[in-house]
Amino acid sequence: MFPFLLFALFPFFWMLITSLKSNTELYNVTASPFNIREGATLEQYRLLLKDTAFLLWMANSMIVASVVTLISVTASTLAAYAVARLRFRGAQAFGMAIFLTYLVPPTLLFIPLSRVVAFFGVSDSLWALILTYPTFLIPFGTWLQMGYFRTIPKELEECAMVDGATRIQALVRIILPISIPGLLTVAIFSFTLAWGHFIYALAFISSAPQKVLPVGIATELIRGDVFFWGALMAAALLASVPVVIIYSLFTGRFVAGLTAGATKY
Amino acid sequence: MREARLAYILIAPAVLFLTIFVAYPFFMALWMSLTSKRLGMPGTFVGLGNYLRLLDDDIFRQTAWNAVLYTGVAVGIKTVTGLALAMGLAKLSRGAQLIRAIVLLPWVIPISLSALAWWWMYDPLYSVFNWGLGLIGIHKIPWLSNPFWARVAIITTNIWRGLPFYGLCILAGLLAIPRELYEAAETDGAGRLATFWYVTLPLLRPVLGTVILYSVVMTISDFETIYLITRGGPRNTTHLFSTLAYQVGLVGTEIGLGAAIVLFIFPVLAVAAFLLIRLVRQSEQIA
Repeated sequence: MFPFLLFALFPFFWMLITSLKSNTELYNVTASPFNIREGATLEQYRLLLKDTAFLLWMANSMIVASVVTLISVTASTLAAYAVARLRFRGAQAFGMAIFLTYLVPPTLLFIPLSRVVAFFGVSDSLWALILTYPTFLIPFGTWLQMGYFRTIPKELEECAMVDGATRIQALVRIILPISIPGLLTVAIFSFTLAWGHFIYALAFISSAPQKVLPVGIATELIRGDVFFWGALMAAALLASVPVVIIYSLFTGRFVAGLTAGATKY
Repeated sequence: MREARLAYILIAPAVLFLTIFVAYPFFMALWMSLTSKRLGMPGTFVGLGNYLRLLDDDIFRQTAWNAVLYTGVAVGIKTVTGLALAMGLAKLSRGAQLIRAIVLLPWVIPISLSALAWWWMYDPLYSVFNWGLGLIGIHKIPWLSNPFWARVAIITTNIWRGLPFYGLCILAGLLAIPRELYEAAETDGAGRLATFWYVTLPLLRPVLGTVILYSVVMTISDFETIYLITRGGPRNTTHLFSTLAYQVGLVGTEIGLGAAIVLFIFPVLAVAAFLLIRLVRQSEQIA
């Protein structure tokens, strides 16, 4: 197992060390890269936070990820409930459609989507992302929730409805509380995937203040020929922090979500 | 039926998003690929002209070969090492949550951020790998300027990123195999290798099939790893369909041509979808 752990961790370790070196030490080819001889410094982080729009990008990412998570959790849960519980014509077709859209990668759609985004007049704004990110979040979320709802016995709502509750009341008061693990998993994946998504953000947004973290870091920390590697690594690390926090709090949910897609059936 | 009406209301938001932002763009892509549309200008209908032009184009042919190579090698290595990782994880005690959490980290952290670290590790002047190799007397490797090494570089990053997915999913499959089968094999005198080949692998086929199919779709449509580390170079030897389409369609403004490039992924998608649906139906029948 140790080789796997080393392989998994080394890039992060390297990011950290790089981000704590001063620029003179960073670009000193003769020095041992593992030894921070001049002492760890926060100058890269200071440079990042003061001289770049990093905090602005972080705010943008927060906004987009949060809004999109809300949208996708709502849409997925409602749709999944309908497919798992209600009888209606087209239920099977909808289920198949969800599965197929889950397989369509964003890289296939980014070109025509850029035209759709322009049509709605939201090019180069966060709205472009808010409208398009749910497309790769809703299919997975719905698929996941369908699986969860199927494990909840129908008797629960039926009892409630026999006692006089409407279906909506049964859904809200009884089913929703029980399906919190599922809701949590969808929310966590939605946030993380939206946080790190790259290609739509790259394709639809061009002005620096509108950029989200991944694109801002990858495009704005290189000025002409000069790569600000120390700041780049610091930025990548800082940008990962929210994901790491969510991950450490909800590791089990990540595993559940990961295996759900592949082994649910 | 009132049930049906409620159902249509509940699925409406999902249907709305997916119709406007997935289904419609998909058909739009099909249509665009048949025109000579450029950014900001309408195009003329050219039928299969774009496709014929691409099939004749050296850079596109190189890209198609890159895609086959990249996907084939990456998926192959991920499958084998994923199996090894899963078996290693299966042997751990229940309290080894931390180890599993660490193993999963490369998959959890967005590739758009971790690829930057790999890019830095492959840097011509400051690569930590080259520094390490230098210590044992091996000459510097031109990670990003040599086609072979550039491919090694991006495939390694892809493997690093995707391995946890294989490991964890196969682990779930492994843990689902009933103990009795192993015990039966033991009493029949089967050794470790025979047990693995005749008991474990066949029972892992559905999981392996699912994981590999998903991974093929994800790997062949990869964008971030290539864009952030090599941009498709050197000399187009690491371009995949998505990065080439980005360069041609959005940077080079030839939208119609760009759409045609990405649509070459579609057959792979269709076959994978078909096989996956069959896999799901098969396991539903067994269950």
